[in-house]
Amino acid sequence: MAARIGVVTFPGSLDDVDAARAVRLAGAEPVALWHKDRTLQGVDAVVLPGGFSYGDYLRCGAIARFAPVMESLVDAARGGLPVLGICNGFQILCESHLLPGALTRNDSLHFVCRDQRLRIENAATAWTSAFQPGQEIVVPLKNGEGSYVADERTLDELEAEGRVVARYLDVNPNGSRRDIAGISNAAGTVVGLMPHPEHAVEPLTGPTTDGLGFFTSVLTRLVGA
Amino acid sequence: MARVVVDVMLKPEILDPQGQAVQGALARLGFGGVTSVRQGKRFEIDVAGPADDDLAARAEQMAGTLLANLVIEDFTVRVEP
Repeated sequence: MAARIGVVTFPGSLDDVDAARAVRLAGAEPVALWHKDRTLQGVDAVVLPGGFSYGDYLRCGAIARFAPVMESLVDAARGGLPVLGICNGFQILCESHLLPGALTRNDSLHFVCRDQRLRIENAATAWTSAFQPGQEIVVPLKNGEGSYVADERTLDELEAEGRVVARYLDVNPNGSRRDIAGISNAAGTVVGLMPHPEHAVEPLTGPTTDGLGFFTSVLTRLVGA
Repeated sequence: MARVVVDVMLKPEILDPQGQAVQGALARLGFGGVTSVRQGKRFEIDVAGPADDDLAARAEQMAGTLLANLVIEDFTVRVEP
């Protein structure tokens, strides 16, 4: 039986359909989860997609954090459920305190949309095991509030524990501290990523198919478990 | 009826590019001597009942739980009758 991976739709989510498509192309069964759901329907992993949940009102992800589905998700994630938060999903994971730090307005004040080169710094997380350590990939990036910030101590801890999952190469598009594009929790099960791997899974529409690795990684983990 | 006023500001060490843009615009408009601009948020919350210590405590909770992200922001709470 194929692994079942939930994709949460909040009011204002944009990339839930692309995320579900990426899950399917990777060989898993996507399961649509609604923000008002109180259960996760027994899924094996969850993707929090990009977009502007609740209109980005108050702060990006601040209101989504308290959606009914997030109560179940936060508990499950603390219990080891693999969760990938992309863009707005990353913001929601930080607001939920599943990941440290926060994402603030791009230092340029401009919304940035580009094909972004990244280096995979940690290829041992639930979502990056399909990559080689140090592998360089190109996936789309599109954000207005993608500048990763945390205090120096937290940044040092993330670096020391190998929890910087991906780093920007060539240019730092949004002013993120230490060129951080993605981080993980201590267990490597919860990953937040500002760029969009779900938009780089097919040659027709993506700059590459490099993004598929994030989704096949979690499948390998689930099948191996 | 009581009013709770919550002011939320980015912590001093967090870059505020919006404040910097406002500072630049003020200079272009000829307002001299502006050395720094920081932009924040103000919430005015009307609550049924008296402006007492209990409301002050609940207001602190509102601010700490939802209105401010303590990773990047500080807040102050004021309760007015």
